[in-house]
Amino acid sequence: MSASQIISWCVAAITFGTVIMYGCIGETINQKAGDLNLGVPGVMQIGGIASLACAFLYENNVSAPNPWVSMILCLLATLVASALAGALYAFLTVTQKVNQNVTGLTLTILGTGIANFFGGNLMKLSGGVGTISVSFTAAMFKAKLPFLFGKFGTFGSIVFSHGWMVYLALLLAFGIQFFLDRTRTGLNLRAVGENPATADAAGINVTRYKYLAAIIGSMICGVGGLFYVMDYIQGTWANDSTIEALGWLAVALVIFTSWRPRNATWGAYLFGLCYWAYIYIPTGISKFLADKLKLQNVTYMQNLYKMLPYLVTIVVLCVVSRKKKRENQAPASLGQSYFREER
Amino acid sequence: MKQIAVSMRGISKRFGKKVLANNKVDLDIYEGEILSLLGENGSGKTTLMNMLAGVYYPDEGQIFIKNTEVSITSPKDAYDLGIGMIHQHFKLIDVFTALENILIGLPSDEREKTCREEVEEICNKYGFELDLDKKIYDMSVSEKETLEIVKTLYRGADILILDEPTAVLTPQEIRKLFTILRNMKEDGKSIVIITHKLNEVMEISDRISVLRKGENVGTVLKSETNEQQLTEMMVGEKITLDIARDFVEDKAKRLEVKHLRVKNADDKMVVDDISFDLYSGEILGIAGISGSGQKELLEAIMGLQKCEEGSSVIYNSTAHGVHELVGLSTKEIIAHGLHLAFVPEDRLGMGLVGNMGMTDNVMLKRYRKGSGPFLHRKQPEATAQKIKDELEVLTPDLEYPVRKLSGGNVQKILVGREINNKPTVLMTAYAVRGLDINTSYAIYNLLNEQKKKGVAVIYVGEDLDVLLALCDRIMVLCSGKLNGILDGRSASKEEVGYLMTHLKQEEE
Repeated sequence: MSASQIISWCVAAITFGTVIMYGCIGETINQKAGDLNLGVPGVMQIGGIASLACAFLYENNVSAPNPWVSMILCLLATLVASALAGALYAFLTVTQKVNQNVTGLTLTILGTGIANFFGGNLMKLSGGVGTISVSFTAAMFKAKLPFLFGKFGTFGSIVFSHGWMVYLALLLAFGIQFFLDRTRTGLNLRAVGENPATADAAGINVTRYKYLAAIIGSMICGVGGLFYVMDYIQGTWANDSTIEALGWLAVALVIFTSWRPRNATWGAYLFGLCYWAYIYIPTGISKFLADKLKLQNVTYMQNLYKMLPYLVTIVVLCVVSRKKKRENQAPASLGQSYFREER
Repeated sequence: MKQIAVSMRGISKRFGKKVLANNKVDLDIYEGEILSLLGENGSGKTTLMNMLAGVYYPDEGQIFIKNTEVSITSPKDAYDLGIGMIHQHFKLIDVFTALENILIGLPSDEREKTCREEVEEICNKYGFELDLDKKIYDMSVSEKETLEIVKTLYRGADILILDEPTAVLTPQEIRKLFTILRNMKEDGKSIVIITHKLNEVMEISDRISVLRKGENVGTVLKSETNEQQLTEMMVGEKITLDIARDFVEDKAKRLEVKHLRVKNADDKMVVDDISFDLYSGEILGIAGISGSGQKELLEAIMGLQKCEEGSSVIYNSTAHGVHELVGLSTKEIIAHGLHLAFVPEDRLGMGLVGNMGMTDNVMLKRYRKGSGPFLHRKQPEATAQKIKDELEVLTPDLEYPVRKLSGGNVQKILVGREINNKPTVLMTAYAVRGLDINTSYAIYNLLNEQKKKGVAVIYVGEDLDVLLALCDRIMVLCSGKLNGILDGRSASKEEVGYLMTHLKQEEE
């Protein structure tokens, strides 16, 4: 395997990892408040399509579009749309006390529906499948870092060849980790997720914390969707729900990181390496393994490689659960609605 | 004359349409006193106090704090008024440290360092011992209780409500707690203790209010009452408080437990080399702090836990001969016709299926015996009816989901089913936990009857007074080890309490 191959594998892994890192950070905030939001894939799709639609409409309806304005409008559209999705989730699970799993799964279906509906219509507007492109706006999101891009040899080409949102995700991961560990609000948030009755008795407004966690968490997930549209698929759209698969991996990543956004900074990239392994693993190794496994066709190996992120998750879950360290477990009240007057 | 700190007037609270938890209750709490709130389970003590602590909101009635009418809509309101409640199930977060548990919910300008200093000051003032950096999951029950009290005091509570504070403490820990409560009383705090243990009421309180079926049936001064009068107020009729204990002759060895060892999922030895014999016609009490291996010991005998090599449990009955139980599964034990009966601690989890009625629950242990693919319900139905009549189970009908019955009725069904099989060995874990006085005595009587019939009974209990009154022998467990077997007729509470907490040193 040549150096350039390794570089492009790593670069692809980082791009992939960034999508699920946003999803993972957002979902971690949700789960730390005790809400198992399985609507992440849906929220990411809503966030993604909102940015796409915004960019498409702005680019096509304004005679002299300004890239900065377009970028900011896209971000706002994504944040607002995903915040609404988060608020819907919170309204159903916190206020109406609907089962969290059902609500989350339904939100995923809703998000897929919304994204494909608007995606399909935008395609018609632009003139057919595969013709949609908002490269003008996407270029803003993919803008490389000044001063650093193109320097520091191999290391630089892996680390400094990305758009600014890749670095924002890293900052966010460490920032949220600091928020959870070191701030009073973070402590209160964790208290809500561990034991809402205790938090309530301590004078914490459980409903407000849960709502804000769902909304802010969803906004971060939505930004993951935006990054997917603008960077990962370079400002295009296809009604194929690939983004949904990434959303589920983001949920798996939350468990993989033991609910620590800090761990997502490397975990997400590891998932990325595993995900793209089927393209980059040298054919020699594949041939060797295929022989050992008595496979008739070497290409079968590729399908096995695609299982890697899931296998890694299973292995990590086994290792973590063997250790039985209380701090590595899910928040104690995860998945349960809170009724104060329950007997 | 002492000042009134709180007065509650005409408080009513309903849950759903049927349950009237409190009915027009009046209650006064004075400054600098310890008031006991006495009543059976379900008499509405906790509900009443929860309304003071902001957990529930009263449907009717008024609450006055220092003669001003207030509306307490949340626990935060209660804190702001100086009311703090220590719930029976501690409101602590396991993965947090003691200090973090105190810090949650406080305004963010409250500095961690000043908080630590102030907490330490409180500890010194009243004599608490507390490690502020210890995680809750590493704490004993009594440490958690201490933390709860300190937390409440730190938040400036003048009125402290403690819900069943002594339920899981050893006699030594209770004495320590009472000393602290007296210190706080001297300091002018009002303390309310919710309890149903009469001896503690007589020891600690100044006044006693008794609740029955959600109503306040009277308030008396400690100096002017006695246990008998309080019991009558609680249950509304005269009952005898003595537990019978007959001596049965002709004892035969029924179980011979040798070197029994069980590891839990974390590979920790939870039953560590326990050997004892169990005889017919006796009640063997098992005492110990909860989690000392009681559950695992019974489950190991019952075939529900995997035993380590070298363990042996010999079952010996006149009717069925001699069997080695280690290695047999529960299913095999039942199939061999060995008459082991087990009343587990978790009644609706391990004992009965909550959503099924009495008949189906009776069938659980025998449905395999039927011929053909269909169930035969005639006989179990008759058995269920018999249990219902003999043990006076209150249920609308035999098919009514047992989950919806009160704890006492659930326990009667479970015990009824187990003794219906004419057991040779009857094992019960916390058989009266959460039951009111009348039902508890009904259960004691049932166990005594079985003993007289020659059944070998194991009674795992937590109330030492009951253990000492009911059991012929008391086996004390301490962190999974057998720490002594005492004679039930001569042992003292202090002796048992000491053995529960102090593991004997191994002989060199």
